[in-house]
Amino acid sequence: MAAVTASFQRSRRARLQAFRYVVLIAAAIFFLVPLLAMFEFSTRKGLNVGSGFTLTYWRQIFDYPDLVAAITASLQLAAITSIGMLVLLVPTMVWVRLRLPRLTRIVEFICLLPLTIPAIVLVVGFFPMYQWMGINFSDSILTLSFAYVVLVLPYCYRALDAGLGAIDVKTLTEAARSLGASWFTVMWRVIVPNISSAILNAALLSVALVLGEYTIAQNLLYNNLQVEIAQLGRANAGVSIAVAVASLLFAFILLVVLAFVGRRRRQPSETLVQDFARGGRK
Amino acid sequence: MEKAATRQGVEVRLENLQRRYGAVTALDGLSLTLGAGELVALLGPSGCGKTTALRLVAGLEEADGGRVVIGGNDVTGLPANKRNVGMVFQAYSLFPHMVAWENVAFGLQMRKVGVEERKRRALETLELVGLASMANRYATQLSGGQQQRVALARALAIRPQVLLLDEPLSALDAKVRSRLRDEIRRVQLEVGITTLFVTHDQEEALAIADRVGVMQSGQLEQLGPPTTVYSRPATPFVADFVGLTNRLAGTVKNREVEVRGVRLPLVQPDVPDGPATALVRPEAVSLATDGVMDGPLVGTVIAVAFLGATSRVTVDLGGVTVLAQMPTAQTAEHPAGTKVRLTLRPDPVLIQREETNPAGS
Repeated sequence: MAAVTASFQRSRRARLQAFRYVVLIAAAIFFLVPLLAMFEFSTRKGLNVGSGFTLTYWRQIFDYPDLVAAITASLQLAAITSIGMLVLLVPTMVWVRLRLPRLTRIVEFICLLPLTIPAIVLVVGFFPMYQWMGINFSDSILTLSFAYVVLVLPYCYRALDAGLGAIDVKTLTEAARSLGASWFTVMWRVIVPNISSAILNAALLSVALVLGEYTIAQNLLYNNLQVEIAQLGRANAGVSIAVAVASLLFAFILLVVLAFVGRRRRQPSETLVQDFARGGRK
Repeated sequence: MEKAATRQGVEVRLENLQRRYGAVTALDGLSLTLGAGELVALLGPSGCGKTTALRLVAGLEEADGGRVVIGGNDVTGLPANKRNVGMVFQAYSLFPHMVAWENVAFGLQMRKVGVEERKRRALETLELVGLASMANRYATQLSGGQQQRVALARALAIRPQVLLLDEPLSALDAKVRSRLRDEIRRVQLEVGITTLFVTHDQEEALAIADRVGVMQSGQLEQLGPPTTVYSRPATPFVADFVGLTNRLAGTVKNREVEVRGVRLPLVQPDVPDGPATALVRPEAVSLATDGVMDGPLVGTVIAVAFLGATSRVTVDLGGVTVLAQMPTAQTAEHPAGTKVRLTLRPDPVLIQREETNPAGS
């Protein structure tokens, strides 16, 4: 009887394992085939599939100064947006948790609001503001980061909320305060290190969103990466696709880095206790 | 056990402290003085204001009125990080991203102590709580009891003027709790620090404190040595909250209360004559099975609860149940169903008058 049960369990495990592989392979095909097709298109010599391999389009990326400027601007926007979002959201969310828990739902609602408003409607709202900023402040493409901070709020709020929910913010904060930490130290030395994964997640979401944003930039008449890719697509589809693949690869590398950083645990000084035991009390 | 000579703490005064949360009054004019190096336990049910009092001393909350004076300095307006106060919390509060010694050294770093000195003092304090060998472990690699010991070391490492303990044992199992309770007392006496300990566990408070303050509705009902609070409760609430109490109907006459023919002295003798309810401790009740089995104190054992070294016997006195607590060895003579005669030890008892339908009436 026991042998039959063990055999049944083995076969069940094998079936489950096979099912996992099938799902994994199906997902991989779903995501990788379009990417590979894009890569193939951007490295194709002629017009047809199998007409030879070339990196010409990839090399040509740097021949388009507008494209290089757009890539630089988008990377800058991604960095500014991520930092702006973190500076705005992390202290606010911590403060709400500590001092104004009744406002949690209201803050959540405000942060999630951009998700419910179509980008084109947001543009209509942003337009007069950007018109004013262009005249009185600056018409730099980097001013788009204001709009992008609003755009990334819902996603980043969720990521940070999950991170803050995983730790006892109130107790950790009070413990640090009672030990003499200022509010800045509490944030920088206690809260941030304990939600580092959530912060990385939020930052990655911001970067991915900014690198992929088209509607707002196009309608506010700024040339970011996606706008440039779209324009270039009409003139040189090969380069356009090469840039698109490169930006996707960039996001992929960021994800890998995130997974690596998130899992790494700092090793404490192993010698400390041994030194002490040897009479290292100076 | 106490080593008064080593005490070097400072006096802490809570003067007429008030704290309200909307319409709810958490603290209603609490005044309390902790002597230098003294351990005072604030005991009371949930919501009585004991944790609020502690948080006001720590500076984690602002008082609506009154003052907190530590070592002669009024610290009422100071934020938490400017008060030299160490605190151990009910919830595990070690910083998860730091190992034990880094946690202990955190407060020293905030005080700009040099790296080597920080490490030395952190490890010395960990040694004080018996955890120097675990200095390199993260909180997740420590048991609950070990985490609270590290938290205690962290609070002590900064050499605070006052140590505040906010139910630090409540998340631990009974055995660890008892061991850590003794450990806290040992360390407190060794360091000689003035300590305010908040708990809802009367056994904990009575075992650890120099003085126990029993709180209710934001006010201090009684403050005194554990033996006094237990044996001479100032109010019916204290009698009820600190230990079990039998409520027996009686009559006050000539500064005594007569309960079923037995005269008992009063904790507060200056009360007018008349009917009252006497609050009698279970351990003041003993049972006998010999002699005349007749009279108002004869009843039947209906249950025996084994508590370890002692047992609690429930006796039915014809509609009124009385609890008697005694060494377990003695209860073998009184199994359920046995007819027994109760004897009341003439300890001073508290009386209550406001009860409209007292037991035994």
